[in-house]
Amino acid sequence: MRKALSMLLAAAMCTSLLAGCGGSSDTGAADNTADSAADGASTSAAGGVFKLGGTGPLTGAAAIYGNAAKNGAQIAVDEINAEGGAIQFELKYEDDEHDAEKAVNAYNALKDWGMQISLGSVTSKPCEATAAETFADRIFALTPSASSVAVTADKDNMYQMCFADPNQGTASAQYIADQKLGSKIAVIYKNDDVYSSGIYEKFKAEADAKGLEIVSATTFTDASANDFSVQLGEAKSAGADLLFLPMYYQPASLILKQAHDMGYAPKFFGVDGMDGILTLEGFDTSLAEGVMLLTPFNADAEDEKTKSFVEKYKSQFGDVPNQFAADAYDCVYAYKAALEQAGCTADMSAEELCDKLIEAFSSLTFDGLTGETMTWTDGAVSKEPKGMMIQNGAYVGM
Amino acid sequence: MTFLSYLISGISLGSVYAIIALGYTMVYGIAKMLNFAHGDVIMVGAYISFCATSYLGLSPLVSVVLAILVCTVLGIVIERLAYKPLRQAPALAVLITAIGVSYFLQNAALLIWKSDPKTFSAVAGGSIKLFGGELTISAVTIVTVVSCIVIMVGLTLFTGHTKMGTAMRAVSEDKGAAQLMGINVNTTISVTFAIGSGLAAIAGVLLCSAYPTLMPTTGSMPGIKAFTAAVFGGIGSIPGAMLGGILLGVIEIFSKAYISTQLSDAIVFAVLIVVLLVKPDGLLGKHVSEKV
Repeated sequence: MRKALSMLLAAAMCTSLLAGCGGSSDTGAADNTADSAADGASTSAAGGVFKLGGTGPLTGAAAIYGNAAKNGAQIAVDEINAEGGAIQFELKYEDDEHDAEKAVNAYNALKDWGMQISLGSVTSKPCEATAAETFADRIFALTPSASSVAVTADKDNMYQMCFADPNQGTASAQYIADQKLGSKIAVIYKNDDVYSSGIYEKFKAEADAKGLEIVSATTFTDASANDFSVQLGEAKSAGADLLFLPMYYQPASLILKQAHDMGYAPKFFGVDGMDGILTLEGFDTSLAEGVMLLTPFNADAEDEKTKSFVEKYKSQFGDVPNQFAADAYDCVYAYKAALEQAGCTADMSAEELCDKLIEAFSSLTFDGLTGETMTWTDGAVSKEPKGMMIQNGAYVGM
Repeated sequence: MTFLSYLISGISLGSVYAIIALGYTMVYGIAKMLNFAHGDVIMVGAYISFCATSYLGLSPLVSVVLAILVCTVLGIVIERLAYKPLRQAPALAVLITAIGVSYFLQNAALLIWKSDPKTFSAVAGGSIKLFGGELTISAVTIVTVVSCIVIMVGLTLFTGHTKMGTAMRAVSEDKGAAQLMGINVNTTISVTFAIGSGLAAIAGVLLCSAYPTLMPTTGSMPGIKAFTAAVFGGIGSIPGAMLGGILLGVIEIFSKAYISTQLSDAIVFAVLIVVLLVKPDGLLGKHVSEKV
């Protein structure tokens, strides 16, 4: 009796579940088609609000970047919406945990939400995955910070706000050579990460051209990201006076500590991934004293724009914004400028916007927090990196 | 001199593997199951210790005791909820469950402690410098090696000379027969898990003292390496876990130093394969022939 009853209940549940699924997916599809049909006709109802979406690591090891970008973009969106101009934005960020597969899921969620223009993904690996999607779906994307070349390669509708990896590697080598920061250089890079190895390759090429001597180049992977005694030992015994660290801040913090423990104190030179090391909870910032890095944004800059942005960021999120926040902030304003220039309205479909924006960005000149008179060619931005040094727990321009 | 300093790095990395491997081998030796959640219990232990020192202001030693308590309870709860119902199920089902528990713990930690990495402050500071500063041995390494030896000796004595230890060995040999002899198999396995998880807490604190970034995934990679170490030394053998762990660390560092940093992991696993081809039960593993 009991068995029969439970069977019956289970059957009832199954059918209701099935019915539920069918129903919801039906209405979902109907909504979508209705949306796209309505997009063409009744546009003023939308009120000129562009749906702007992006994915980033809001949780996970790289969460500092994702949250910074999200917060930076949010400030720009709030400012633009408060001004009450013709162009308004609705911003939505989805979490990708710095994972390519999750990024595609997050991207699909944004597409279901009705995203018209995209902020790509915050970090390189996930952005390579979502860039392939935005390219196929003809949605224009401008990533604040995914810097690998593969992100923009062969995609006419994928743009970057940060400088691309080769640019970082090349610029770092140029900077070191021009400022005579070191003559014997050691590099530790993460060879299972396209970001890190991409920068290294370009750095090496430029260092060779500039006559810098790379005395030691060692690697690590996810599986061996704990112990750097060998890599540091090699650099030390090779007599390197400058250690180049093209990587994210988390392994870099371990390297700084282990170098300190073994009494090895070369100059440390990082790239934009080093940004965030000062906000790492529990990290002894005195270890990062004197670390140099190339970053396009300096929160201590004196100009009005930067000051007001830093002020707002501090009061809303209780932190000093890093360059990811500034890049994302610039992305939103660059979009505003491009949309104005191209005369876009919010009722246009993502595909129409894509074509207009490609045209607009090819001739756009943009002044932002992270650089002046930025222009884009083949998706890559041209702007000058600035050298920063960590002094007394803050970035100081060099 | 560089050889010696690499040897020391190898031992310090290996001792961390060894202390994790002890927990793996303990549980495998008695319950005959691979507890893949072990690495994540380590992570929980490290977080507990981190919170106790950073947020509650407790001394490092008290925080370790607290971490051991929490992890022991956690181990017993995991065993009761996830593994006990599967006592009669095939080994594969238990293995999959263990992987599930591992993910559960990682994601729970993500929710509680968020994802941004935290920097763990070492329980033992300072270092000893030899030969005018050319060789540095950190206090953490010494503490890890010493605790490893103490735990190894303690566990060997415990399983060899106490009533519970005898019961454990009996359960490990034949669950059914042990039950017929009046041994409470469930309690014995629970105690095994309690001890294994307590060890995990110690391992977590020492792991993060040596390599001070703490994230929800902190335990998984060292956990896998330590599992390899346990297999290398002969899984189920307590001295084998320690030997395997230290050898693994030394091989890893030496292959990085003298062959290639790119290939170090490949070399470590190649050595493992060779060892297992020559000696399928691991270095110190006992070969038990199945009687049919």
